[in-house]
Amino acid sequence: MIAHKSFKIIVTFTLAFALLPFVAFASADPADNETEEKFNPTDMILHHIGDSHGWHFFGSGENSYTLPLPVILWTDNGLVTFMSSEFHHDTEGHHVVEKDGMRFVNLHEDIYMLNEGAEAVEFDADHHPLNASEPMDFSITKNVAAMFLTVILMLWFFLGLSSFHKKNEKAPAGFNNLLETLVLFVRDEIAKPQIGEKKYMKFMPFLLTVFFFIWITNLLGLLPGAANVTGNIAVTVSLGLFTLVLIILNGNKDYWKHVFWMPGIPTFVKPILAVVEVLGVFIKPIALMIRLFANITAGHIIILSLLGLIFILESAGVAGISVPFALFITILELLVAFLQAFIFTMLSALFIGMAVAEHEHH
Amino acid sequence: MDLITPDFGLFFWQTIVFLVLLLLMAKFAWKPILTSVRNREESINDALASAEKARKEMQNLKSDNEQLLKEARAERDAILKEARELKEKTIASATEEAKAKADKVVADAKKSIELEKQSAMAELKNQVAELSVEIAEKIVRKELSSKNEQHQMIEKMLGDAKLN
Repeated sequence: MIAHKSFKIIVTFTLAFALLPFVAFASADPADNETEEKFNPTDMILHHIGDSHGWHFFGSGENSYTLPLPVILWTDNGLVTFMSSEFHHDTEGHHVVEKDGMRFVNLHEDIYMLNEGAEAVEFDADHHPLNASEPMDFSITKNVAAMFLTVILMLWFFLGLSSFHKKNEKAPAGFNNLLETLVLFVRDEIAKPQIGEKKYMKFMPFLLTVFFFIWITNLLGLLPGAANVTGNIAVTVSLGLFTLVLIILNGNKDYWKHVFWMPGIPTFVKPILAVVEVLGVFIKPIALMIRLFANITAGHIIILSLLGLIFILESAGVAGISVPFALFITILELLVAFLQAFIFTMLSALFIGMAVAEHEHH
Repeated sequence: MDLITPDFGLFFWQTIVFLVLLLLMAKFAWKPILTSVRNREESINDALASAEKARKEMQNLKSDNEQLLKEARAERDAILKEARELKEKTIASATEEAKAKADKVVADAKKSIELEKQSAMAELKNQVAELSVEIAEKIVRKELSSKNEQHQMIEKMLGDAKLN
């Protein structure tokens, strides 16, 4: 039993690195003389908090240790798939990959398809490609892969807890107990007070899923070399939309009445307030998505900036200051990881609670 | 891939993945977990309620017992009291009776003593009278054996009578 648990924990912490053997070993190119390139902190930070087509662990250029991920493109000629390793770590649009008679380049992690007959990308003055267009990109990027990791962990954890409950009626111990405590935390501290005893059960699956998804993803994002999933606006937009859809689908008559024709105020104010309220319906989830995105990204930027100081000042001595600071911020981020999951879930529950509330008629 | 421009591919995957995760978790994890947690909470509440009930019953039983005990004690006290009263009454009546009897005996004895005394006195008086008469007869006979003495006697008596 104990051995099984510690196994679970060990695998949890090492899963991110478990795929290392599959890492594409870059062919060493001794002629690469660009290592003296000037350090650009903005590029470094944006590269780290942004999405990418391969999961880079360490090393640079051709010597990178990177987990190749599938590139999936929807072009005018149908679906095209290949592994990101075919770009050979190139993100400057130099290396052209040919598939099904089409040519692709990776330009700052955006995949461009070269126009018919073009051999290489040509840039305009602003470094925008002239002879290439962006196909629909459904690639399994680093963020998508990290998302899958969260999904696997969640299924593993909670199906374990669920099967424990199927087998016995007693309270679980150890790790399962921790999970159950968190589930009860969401139920008793978030869902029940915000939505109410009568209706909270309907929204529990969403609230629990969103809470654990954000929290686990936040925590995984703090691991070295991990992806910044919840700090990506596309992810938070999607999560915010789920809340919005739930509000719209479950809003009762009273709620819509309060949005479009607020009772209890002079008639001439009602249309003005309706505009404000309709905007409010959308601003609520937008606030959710921006809050999560900004908090998580800001945390990553602070840590990366602190560590970037070492390279900007080109002195190892700075590490004595910036590493403890970065460590402190990382520990703070552990708290933020929970806090943001909590706030997102809490506010989602609050908004849903407002939409389904039974108003006392005044 | 800009910082604040949502990337459609990622948005697409996030939506699909989250939707699938939501459905899977709802069906296979959240529902069984929440159901069994609620069942457990209900059974705990039931157990607590029944324990409380048992405690109350116990208390009732105890107070019943106490009531019974109290009644029994009261009854015992009443019986004891009655017995004591009966005893006292018996003793009192017996004493009175004995006293009355004793008084009667004493009174009877006094009466008979009185009677005896009276008869004894009467007899004594008679005997004394007889004796006195006899003595007087003897004295008189002896005294009046001479004439002289007879005269003296008469004169003395006369003298006494004159004096009176």
